Amino acid sequence: MAYFLQLVISGIVVGSIYALSGLGFVLIYKSSRVLNIAHGQIIASGAFITYALTVWLEIPLYISFFISMGATFFLAMSVERVFLRRLIGEPIISVIMVTIGLMSILDGIIYLTPFGSVNYSFPEFFPKTPVNIGPATISWTQLVGLIITFVLIGLFSWFFKRSTVGISMRAVSDDQFASMSVGISVPRVFGLAWAMAGMSAAAAGGIIGNITGLNFETLHAFGIIVFPVVILGGLDSIIGAVVAGIIMGLIQQFASGYLDGKWGLNGTADVLPYVILLVILLFKPHGLFGTHEIERV
Amino acid sequence: MNTLTVSDVTLAFGGLYALSDVNLTIQAGLITSIIGPNGAGKTSMLNCISGFYHPTRGAIRFGDKVLTHASPHQVSNLGIARAFQNIELFRGMTVLDNLMLARHRKLDYRFWHALIYMGRASRQEALNRAFVEEIIDFMELEPYRKQVVGSLSYGVQKRVEVARALTLDPELLLLDEPMAGMNIEEKEDMVRFVLDIQKERRTTVVLVEHDLGVVMDISDQIYVLDFGQLIGSGRPEEVARNPKVIEAYIGED
Repeated sequence: MAYFLQLVISGIVVGSIYALSGLGFVLIYKSSRVLNIAHGQIIASGAFITYALTVWLEIPLYISFFISMGATFFLAMSVERVFLRRLIGEPIISVIMVTIGLMSILDGIIYLTPFGSVNYSFPEFFPKTPVNIGPATISWTQLVGLIITFVLIGLFSWFFKRSTVGISMRAVSDDQFASMSVGISVPRVFGLAWAMAGMSAAAAGGIIGNITGLNFETLHAFGIIVFPVVILGGLDSIIGAVVAGIIMGLIQQFASGYLDGKWGLNGTADVLPYVILLVILLFKPHGLFGTHEIERV
Repeated sequence: MNTLTVSDVTLAFGGLYALSDVNLTIQAGLITSIIGPNGAGKTSMLNCISGFYHPTRGAIRFGDKVLTHASPHQVSNLGIARAFQNIELFRGMTVLDNLMLARHRKLDYRFWHALIYMGRASRQEALNRAFVEEIIDFMELEPYRKQVVGSLSYGVQKRVEVARALTLDPELLLLDEPMAGMNIEEKEDMVRFVLDIQKERRTTVVLVEHDLGVVMDISDQIYVLDFGQLIGSGRPEEVARNPKVIEAYIGED
């Protein structure tokens, strides 16, 4: 029982970070129909900026966390402005190729910095003694990360649901011509969607960095696992990304906790998300919460 | 009230001239129709006015403001609203939400007002809601207020689209084939709405329409386009006598 509870807790911690990463991805897809393959690189940049500010410039963590969110806000917005703005209305395959190119460029830039080859880890900011939840435990870093993640997810969802910019984003995702005709600037909405996705990616990166350490490969992997998460949740659903993120975290923890080492299986946690990805695409291509387009003829 | 002037507008897509040196004057307070055979450039003209296309040459002015290179949302904020030929509505939302969203741009309270929802925020929301309800009443959409737009019939969707344009409280309303694909009864309703929009709401109307009977009955001024060129203009009876117009519609022998 204690073992099970421990798996549930770490599943939720990892899952909530998947949820936050998936949220940024969904924001971009929902408003501009762009699949951002380079999301993992933005997550990684967020983590590295947070580290550089905190450890090298000795800025307190809670301030550098917000500065790095600001930095990726502008990074993602300029990526949209420079590379994707001109692709509005072009075939989806060109857009995907451009984001793949972006991924390679950002990879290259990161490999030029020390972060590409050296694994750093954040100093411990929180008490070392873990918190007991029944028979299981959770570290302070994980607990704080979990709380921040949920607060951010709540804020982003509220923003999308209620604020003027959020409502404009939803309007644009529904019908671009109609949005323009009621006075919404569609390019501005695209830019803001990217900027907000950048912010959420930096937050996710900062939290992952604190929990698991800064390894470019690991951070990179977060950008890839976002795909099974958002496909499971439905590409254009924010609540879907959150629910699917946590489901995916739990599945991975249970897989490595119960399956690994039995019947000669190993590394199931790395494989299962993609098995789920294929199964979902076969049987429920719109995911759990994605919109079903019904064509009326 | 502002007059819309289109002077020497040419719109070229590579070597294809959708519009060549077209001059129009849309007088305030009147119903002006733009007619012409298929592919004459009527919708291109509306697209130029509403900022979806920008003319290759020439200028478009609304009062003393130049619209030639304005983007669609800027044009919309100047008081020029548009209903599309192919319905462009927020299909996943209810009729009420579609209209409230058009009104959303007119809100100018801040986050903190919204959070406590007192004073300015609630007052403005109430005013906007009242305005939207007035439009719903005007366009006779009461039975559909809470229905999702995607589930409504074609004729009603067309009406919702005109209603959404009106919700912006425009000075000038561009209607692109509002009666296309409607039955006689729906057409008569739409004609009545267009006349009411001009008379009761004191809105200038630009109408693109294929039904010549309707156009001749309700227009104050008609412009005729053919292959991107202006071939005739004037009052309905003048246009009906114009040999070039008759030739464009009936063909030569």
